[in-house]
Amino acid sequence: MPTNTINGRSFEVDEEGFFTDRDEWSEDLAKDLAALIGIELDEEHLAPLRFMRQDAAVTGVTPTLRRLQTVGGFDIKSLFALYPGKPAKKMSWLAGLRKPVGCV
Amino acid sequence: MTITEQPVTALPGGAGVRAPIPEGFIMPDFGDRMPGPGSPQTGTSAEGGTTAYTGPRKMAFICSKGNLDMAYPAFIMGNAALGEGIEVHIFFTFWGLDIINTKLNHKLKFTMAGNTAMHMNELGRLRPGWENLSLPQAMGNLPGMTAFATTMMKKQLEELEIPDIPDFLDLMQASGAHMYACKLSFDMAKMIEADLHPGVEGVISAADFVEIAEGAQVIFI
Repeated sequence: MPTNTINGRSFEVDEEGFFTDRDEWSEDLAKDLAALIGIELDEEHLAPLRFMRQDAAVTGVTPTLRRLQTVGGFDIKSLFALYPGKPAKKMSWLAGLRKPVGCV
Repeated sequence: MTITEQPVTALPGGAGVRAPIPEGFIMPDFGDRMPGPGSPQTGTSAEGGTTAYTGPRKMAFICSKGNLDMAYPAFIMGNAALGEGIEVHIFFTFWGLDIINTKLNHKLKFTMAGNTAMHMNELGRLRPGWENLSLPQAMGNLPGMTAFATTMMKKQLEELEIPDIPDFLDLMQASGAHMYACKLSFDMAKMIEADLHPGVEGVISAADFVEIAEGAQVIFI
């Protein structure tokens, strides 16, 4: 497994760059990663990430956008606004989770 | 894939400035840093010298069927495309109009009739191999079979946490899908605008849709 290092923090990733061990994640690390994609992680950005980590810790699977809506109570439109382009992938990556595999 | 360091640039759409990527750092392709298939391309076609489409990647779906099982493909693929940052347009025409008709879209049906791929997993418990048997076509014509098959399909979809059709339309709208009703079908069905799902942007002609779909990958369902 390749290892990524940013600002002195290291973590293992798969061949695409997603975390392989979610315990190597921290909020400070997420903030550094977010800077790479032009996002400043404020509380509004962090809320879905925290939910995703809690949910993944229980189910073992990265939650989909639909699950963020139905279980987490997040508004899909706002998630697209917070993480434009590929929201599910950006959030999974910033939450230190594996690439999402669910279809809906 | 390894993404090489690039100069700090501002993202389109008002997003912040991106920090440079450390050397040897592996990160997912979010489609907004490197030129890829989704990026604008300029050029001219080989013959005629007309200018090629230069905008963002688009997918256009034409939904022409009103059966429950035919309503899902565009939503599932379209939803996936939206999640990948691809522009999505859906044109509902002929029986597909039922999908965006709020008086009808909660009661779309699935029928066994004419579907030779009908088999029941449960039959495998009676005898190994029976799960792959094709059910007799005549069964689909028995009274109540369409209602039964519809209930079965809805149950299976629910188990996989797939939203029902009205919910899926809300989800598509929230995710930014552009949806249109076909003018000809709309007039033919004597539909009224009040019955259209609020996510439908307009009742448009085929020619309008052809224009909107410029540069899109078109999928007919």
